Amino acid sequence: MTSLAISVKDLSKKYDSGFAVSHANFEVPLGTICGFVGPNGAGKTTTIRMLLGLITPTGGTAEVLGESITHPEKYLSRVGAMIEGPAFYPALTGEENLKVLATLGGYPIERVAELIKTVGLEGRGNSKYKTYSLGMKQRLGIAAALLPEPKVLVLDEPTNGLDPEGIQEVRDLLKKLASQGTTVFVSSHLLSELEIISEYIVMLRKGEVVFAGPIQDLFLMQQPFILVKTDSQSDLQKIVAIAEADGHKATIRSEVAHIEGPTDWAGTLNRKAFDAGILITQLSPQMPNLEETFFEMTGEKK
Amino acid sequence: MIRIVRAEWRKLRRPTLFLGTIGAALFFTGLTSTFLYLMIDSEQGNGDRGRQIGREVLELAGGSVYGFASVGGLLGVIALCVFAAQTAQEYTYGTLRNILVRQPGRIRILVGKLIAMKIFALIMILISAAVSIGISYFLSDRAKVSTELWFTSDGYTEIGKTLVNVTISVVYFGIVGMVLGLLLRSPISAISIGVLWILIIENLLGAVKPVFLEWMPGNQLTLIAQGGSADISYSHALTLGTSYVLVGALVATVLFSRRDVAN
Repeated sequence: MTSLAISVKDLSKKYDSGFAVSHANFEVPLGTICGFVGPNGAGKTTTIRMLLGLITPTGGTAEVLGESITHPEKYLSRVGAMIEGPAFYPALTGEENLKVLATLGGYPIERVAELIKTVGLEGRGNSKYKTYSLGMKQRLGIAAALLPEPKVLVLDEPTNGLDPEGIQEVRDLLKKLASQGTTVFVSSHLLSELEIISEYIVMLRKGEVVFAGPIQDLFLMQQPFILVKTDSQSDLQKIVAIAEADGHKATIRSEVAHIEGPTDWAGTLNRKAFDAGILITQLSPQMPNLEETFFEMTGEKK
Repeated sequence: MIRIVRAEWRKLRRPTLFLGTIGAALFFTGLTSTFLYLMIDSEQGNGDRGRQIGREVLELAGGSVYGFASVGGLLGVIALCVFAAQTAQEYTYGTLRNILVRQPGRIRILVGKLIAMKIFALIMILISAAVSIGISYFLSDRAKVSTELWFTSDGYTEIGKTLVNVTISVVYFGIVGMVLGLLLRSPISAISIGVLWILIIENLLGAVKPVFLEWMPGNQLTLIAQGGSADISYSHALTLGTSYVLVGALVATVLFSRRDVAN
C-alpha cells in the first residue's frame, strides 16, 4: 500500500508550440491538502488532465493511488474531480445532472440528495442548471466531484464565483474531508485561501515545478522582512541607510521601507532609529506569505 | 456498459428532446402518408419528388408501409441531428471530461451512447410506423385503395421487412451524425454540414449528373429504407451504405479513443 496519493516523475506534455509541462516531479502524501499554484498558463490544468487520463503525456510517468496514469480505469473510481470549472447539461436540473454522473459511475442515486444538501443547494436541486448562478454551478461541480466518496479529490479553482461565505464553506468542507483521510489536490488563484488550508504546495512556473513540498519548507526558503513607516521621506531614507549599514537589503516602496532581514532585528532597528532621532510610526516584522513567495518564485509581477 | 446506456437515457428522455423529436418525426410521417393518399389523383404527383404512386402500387401487400418507407430518409435526417447533437454537445458543454473521469473506457462510452440512441431511434421508428400505417388505413377508403392484401401474411412480412430496412437506415444516419459530432465537436457544425450535404448537395450533384446518386452516402441510406429503387438496387445501397458507415465509424472511434480531451 503506497503512502502517496500522487507521484509524478519527469512528467511532460509537449505541443507544437512548446512544453505545457516540462519534466515535472512532485509527490503528494495521502490525507493531506495540497495547494497547486502557478500563474495562468503555467501548466496546472494540463498536469491535472494528465493525472486524470484525459490527455496523454509525451514523457515521464505518474501514479495516482499507486496506479499508473496509463491505466486510469484502475484508480478513477476512487478519485473525484472538477477540472476547469463545472461542466453540466444546461437543460437538465442540478439533481438530474448528478444522477447522470451517479448512474455512469455506479454510485447510489440516494447520494445525490445528500450531496445537494452538503454543498448548500437544497431547494434548488430541481432547478435547471442553466438558471444557476456561477456560485451555484461551482457548488454543483464540487458535489459531482464528491460523488464517488473519493480517496483523492482534485479540484481546479473550486472557489471561483463563490461569495466569502461560500469560500469559507468550501474551506471547511475541504478541511473536513482531509481530516477524514481524503487527499485534496486543489488549484486556486486565491493564494491566501490555499495558505490557510494547505499543508503541501506544488508551484509551477512555465511548465516547470519550482517548488514541491511542505508549505513551511517553502516559507523557510524565503527571507523574512520588516516594514517601516516614518512621518517623513527623509527619515525613511535614513532608515534605509541604517539597514544597509547593518548589511540588510532595503528599499522604499509606496512610502514604506522594506527591509530584508530577520524579524528579531526589528528591536535593534528601533533602538538605532531612536538614537538617530527618527520617529517610527509603524514597525512591522513580517514572515513571507504564500502570495509574496509566489511572486518571488514565479517571477510574476505583484 | 449498461450504466453508460442508462446515463445516456437520462439525457435523451428529457421532455423537450424526446417529445420534440417524436413530434418532428410524426409531422413528416403524417405529411408524407397523408399526401400519398389525398393527392393520389393529383397531376403534381403524390410521392417523393413529384412521382406518381398509383392505386395498383398502394394495393400491393406492402402498400400499408409505402408511406412509412418513403419517410425513412427524413426520419434518418432527424436521427442524424439527434445523434450529432448528443455527441458534439459533450465537447461544447465540456461534459466529456466529467464522463471520462467517471468512465474512462472511451470505446465503451461510444458503444453505450450508441445503444441508448438506437433505443431512442427505435421508439421514434415504431411510433412513426404505427401512425403511418394508421393514416394509410384511415385514408385508403377515401382514396379508393383496397387494403385486402395489407393484412395477409405477405402484408405482415412487408411490414416487418420495411421496419427492418427503415431501422437500418435510421441507425446508419444516426451513426453518420455521431461521426460528424465526434469529428467536428460542435452540434451546429455537425448538424448543418450533415443536413446540407444530404438534403441539398447530394440532390444538386444528382441533378447535374444522375450517376452520382449511385455513390452518394445519403442517397444509399435513404434507399435502404425504401428497399432500393428502379435505378439502384437494395443490395447496392446496403453494401455501399454499410461501407461508408463502417469507415466513418472506424475513423471516428480511433480519433476519439486517442485524442486528448482538452476542453
